[in-house]
Amino acid sequence: MTQLALVIDLNVCVGCHACVTSCKEWNTSGWAGPLVDQNPYGASPTGTFFNRVQTFEVGTYPNTETVHFPKSCLHCEEPPCVPVCPTGASYKRPDNGVVLVDYDKCIGCKYCSWACPYGAREVDEEQKVMKKCTLCIDRITDAKLPERDRKPSCVLACPTSARLFGDVHDADSEVSVAIRERGGYQLMPEWGTKPANHYLPRQKTRMHIDPDELTRVDNPLRKEDLTTYTGEETLDDVAW
Amino acid sequence: MHPAFSVIFLTTLIGAGQGLYLAMVTGQLYAIPNFVEAQVDRFYAFGSLVALLFLIAGLVASFFHLGRPERAWRAAAKWRTSWLSREVIILPIVMALVFAYGFAHWMEWTGTIFEVGALRVDVTLILGIIGTLASLALFVCTAMIYADVKFLQEWHTPLTVFNFIFFGAASGFMLAAAYSAYIGNPLVTFYGTWAVILTLVALGSRLAHLRRNARIKRKSTVQTAIGIRHNTLVQRTQGATGGSFNTREFFHGRSQRFVANVRYLFLLLVFPLPVLLIGASYVTESPNLPILAFLVQFLGLMAERWSFFAEAQHPQNIYYQSVA
Repeated sequence: MTQLALVIDLNVCVGCHACVTSCKEWNTSGWAGPLVDQNPYGASPTGTFFNRVQTFEVGTYPNTETVHFPKSCLHCEEPPCVPVCPTGASYKRPDNGVVLVDYDKCIGCKYCSWACPYGAREVDEEQKVMKKCTLCIDRITDAKLPERDRKPSCVLACPTSARLFGDVHDADSEVSVAIRERGGYQLMPEWGTKPANHYLPRQKTRMHIDPDELTRVDNPLRKEDLTTYTGEETLDDVAW
Repeated sequence: MHPAFSVIFLTTLIGAGQGLYLAMVTGQLYAIPNFVEAQVDRFYAFGSLVALLFLIAGLVASFFHLGRPERAWRAAAKWRTSWLSREVIILPIVMALVFAYGFAHWMEWTGTIFEVGALRVDVTLILGIIGTLASLALFVCTAMIYADVKFLQEWHTPLTVFNFIFFGAASGFMLAAAYSAYIGNPLVTFYGTWAVILTLVALGSRLAHLRRNARIKRKSTVQTAIGIRHNTLVQRTQGATGGSFNTREFFHGRSQRFVANVRYLFLLLVFPLPVLLIGASYVTESPNLPILAFLVQFLGLMAERWSFFAEAQHPQNIYYQSVA
């Protein structure tokens, strides 16, 4: 069975919000109608977004690290938001595992948002229905698009390729390999929701240099060196 | 959680309505072995009418909670999995049974259908029993909407269900006492006594709930929320400056002091004051004090429901702690 999902690489996310704006642009222009904003040019703009980039600070200054954290629906394999929906508007697509809302059936009772521990669902204050990330379902299933464009908007927009998209049930897919080999993890595993989206952890890039690499200890010239040095570069100063 | 007034009105109004209906049926049952004086059918009929009005008012309030009330009929679809759907189905059933019970009394359909030993069973008794069961089922459905959400640890306990049942029954019997006092019926003592008993049971249940919630160990932390192992981990920005649905729906937006004050207020209004007022009405035989007792308790129950929402902390709030 297919389970489409995103894998987000926190190691390379720079927090540029390109995925946020690209998501908003694609999904506000689609067949489902606009993702409405309120007070967009005022002091306190607000609106419906499928994707948000948040920033966390790890540690205490000066030993801190900034982590940019993109957050969208995780398309859980055990989505707690689906069974609570009284109308069946909230559902998980059996063919590709994407969790969706049927905007024509939703009564806007907001119960599904209570049943999501990640805060992934947001009400559209204009259409008065619940909305959430669709993994750009209208795009990834559009056979008219060339294969390389059949990806969520956020994935295509990311300048650092921090967002990978694919089938996490296919062991050989790019996303499965990334999760397996680079320590991909799920958010809030304690609730048993089995999120399909995974995150790749930060990794420190460390370079190890042996003293040998800087100074050639077996330099034969050094042993019997009779030269008088006056601070100029010698063969010993060359890293091999 | 943000306390929505539509839901506060819905749960308190239908609770009182169901409770009043239970009180009417209880009165009829007690009259069979002559524990209390049997009433004329109109007494039960008018009582049921008042209960029905409360249920209707609650239903109307619930529509204000919906973004798309015109599609509310769809909510009956997923009764296999959703407690909300089950409530949507059972509420009209209870309303129909309350109406049928009142109507049967109004029409005085009290002819014996069959006898079980010395018990003469008539239409009103059958409707009363079925209605009681449906009413209890509605209490369970309403409460399970909250108790079934495992992410809201404050609600995810059987005490939530007990609270809804006892609060509804207490306010309903209080309303029955007020109704009896208003029409000068001697049953006011009977209903007042039961109202006090149920209020005290509700007090025990709610205090146990408060005690439990004060000791909750949070399942989710900011560490599990973003998956980074470090003791010092703070949010610097939530990704939006003007707030979002997530900041409006899941935060009560009041100070801790305000929340604590509402808690003290409901503990005062729901429990000691109505009990004292009922006691005073018993001594002074005042027809107004039971009505006042009901009003005070109902106001207190609205504060209780506000507090119930405000005290629940949703794990998604971890993601919404800071605006850059």
